[in-house]
Amino acid sequence: MTLTVDDLRVHYRTLRGDVRALDGVSFTVADGEILGLVGESGCGKTTLGKSLIRMDGRMRHIGGTVTLDGDDVPVGDDRAMNAFRFHRISLVPQYSMSALNPTRRIGRMVRELLASRGVSVDTGELHRRLALVGLGPEVLERYPIELSGGMKQRTVMVISTLLDPSLLVADEVTSALDVSNQKAVAHALVGLRDRGLVTSMVFITHDLALTSHIADTVMVMYAGRLAEKAPAGVLTTAPRHPYTRRLLAALPEAGVRRSQGRLSGIEGSPPSLLSPPAGCRFRDRCPLADDRCAEQPPVVEVAPRHHVACWKA
Amino acid sequence: MRRYFARKLLVYVLTFVFAVTVNWMIPRFMPGDPVSAMISRARVSQPEAVEAMRAYYNELFGFDRPVWEQYLHFWGSLLQGDFGLSIWVFPQPVSSVILGALPYTLALMVPAVLLSWFVGNWLGALAARRKVLDNTVLPAGYLLTAMPYMWIAVLLAWLLGAKAGWFPVSGGYSLDIQPTWTWHFFTDALHHWVLPFLSLFLVALGGWAIGMRNMIIYELEADHSSYLSALGAPQRLIRRYAFRNAVLPQITGLALQLGVLVAGALVTEIVFNYPGLGSLILAAIQNRDFFLLQGTFLFIVIGVLIANFIIDLVYVVVDPRTRTGMAGGR
Repeated sequence: MTLTVDDLRVHYRTLRGDVRALDGVSFTVADGEILGLVGESGCGKTTLGKSLIRMDGRMRHIGGTVTLDGDDVPVGDDRAMNAFRFHRISLVPQYSMSALNPTRRIGRMVRELLASRGVSVDTGELHRRLALVGLGPEVLERYPIELSGGMKQRTVMVISTLLDPSLLVADEVTSALDVSNQKAVAHALVGLRDRGLVTSMVFITHDLALTSHIADTVMVMYAGRLAEKAPAGVLTTAPRHPYTRRLLAALPEAGVRRSQGRLSGIEGSPPSLLSPPAGCRFRDRCPLADDRCAEQPPVVEVAPRHHVACWKA
Repeated sequence: MRRYFARKLLVYVLTFVFAVTVNWMIPRFMPGDPVSAMISRARVSQPEAVEAMRAYYNELFGFDRPVWEQYLHFWGSLLQGDFGLSIWVFPQPVSSVILGALPYTLALMVPAVLLSWFVGNWLGALAARRKVLDNTVLPAGYLLTAMPYMWIAVLLAWLLGAKAGWFPVSGGYSLDIQPTWTWHFFTDALHHWVLPFLSLFLVALGGWAIGMRNMIIYELEADHSSYLSALGAPQRLIRRYAFRNAVLPQITGLALQLGVLVAGALVTEIVFNYPGLGSLILAAIQNRDFFLLQGTFLFIVIGVLIANFIIDLVYVVVDPRTRTGMAGGR
């Protein structure tokens, strides 16, 4: 069992009160598993990804635990987390295009970063890893402005996984790319796992279609909570949660014309997390909702490895 | 690279020509007649003598020739290093008057500009993201940078000079000694140098500290800093990277500020009666001494242009983006 997250609660401090971005989320990621994390903006997926490696100044760890390979991960303690960062948990950030310092040659930055973490550079290994994502060793002599967006993205992927972390958090890495680059990056990520360079991965995206291709398991989040978690094939073909169903129905398919049926969106918008309503948070937008939904549905394993938080599932 | 410098050099040459032309024009179109001023100083009353003197001076300074000829002649003698004769301390050549004052201004300006830049940047970088320091350095910085040069100069002269009596408030050296290469003169000049230096240094210091603090905070919030933190890099490394990036706009700022700093130095010199170019300009204006005024302005323009060119060179060395940009993105 690589990663176990138990009842994790993370709030954002604001002047108007706490925003409950992550309100009791539990799940596990096994060795070699790629977990796809999907949901609308503001559902808590990026908050979850950040919580696993580095909370920003406004985030507060309210409760819950994270365990990695049997060790407790001190997510709320910025200093104590440093031992885990890079060595055991690493990040390919949303902002890969601007993640590299513009005034340092990439090779020098990697050397200085590794030295600061007490690791010496194995140049041969570094070149080999760059070759795996289709980059030549001369990239190390370049400044970031001399690389294209896709090259920067791949360079960051190589740097982040240089110390063979147990867990890689990939946050919206494909969102800014065109489809062919998306495919290349997705393949590269799966390749990292297949070669054992990272043990397991949390792949955060809003692209349900892409996730279902590369993830083993897909977890759908809604308003700071888990809605449904199932093997990728099951989730896309036999979803149980009404939110997942509507999310799938909202995906466009290439070549389908309007006369063959219109895409249905999801009416309404997610609730404010400043003071979320009691009970199921999808209730207001759910076509199936009834009185029972005023009570918060527990996460239930309805089939092997298939978890759903819905009374109707 | 060569094209870049050729273009830069062309801009500097054009600026120089323009500055020299304006410089030549301004005193000539100012009200007042320097020759009459000199004649009245001589207190001659016979009209024939006055006429003779006027003719002599007009011929000597070339005022009897057409304006365009005066302009060309000005350029010709300028290129030979001849700035003409001073009217104020007639018949000393302007160049020797200026060269006598130049060391004082340089001794004031160069340390004040460089030290305030270094110390200000260092203070600002230190203050950024450190609560206690930030709450003291920032208000102090705003206070200093908002002070007019002459006001802080008067304040320092009153506090440290008149009240405490630590430093002399006037002149470049004591009246009872002559400038010589002796230890005695050097310590005396240093003693006189402290207050004007301090007033220039303090005003500039505040601006640099505030600029650097803001730039560092911006850099620490930048994505590349977040990435380093996410990979557990120590604060020391992250701050070092942020500092390196934050210094770049400060170097540009130095180039932009040079003119303002020169103006500040001139005002400060006048307050402390310091025998540099500032006092020279004042004397030249009071005595309608065109040639001295022109020569002094010209020296200042040349100085600012040279300093800007040096900063251009430094920028190419420290910012790889200008370097790779010039090499055609390779």
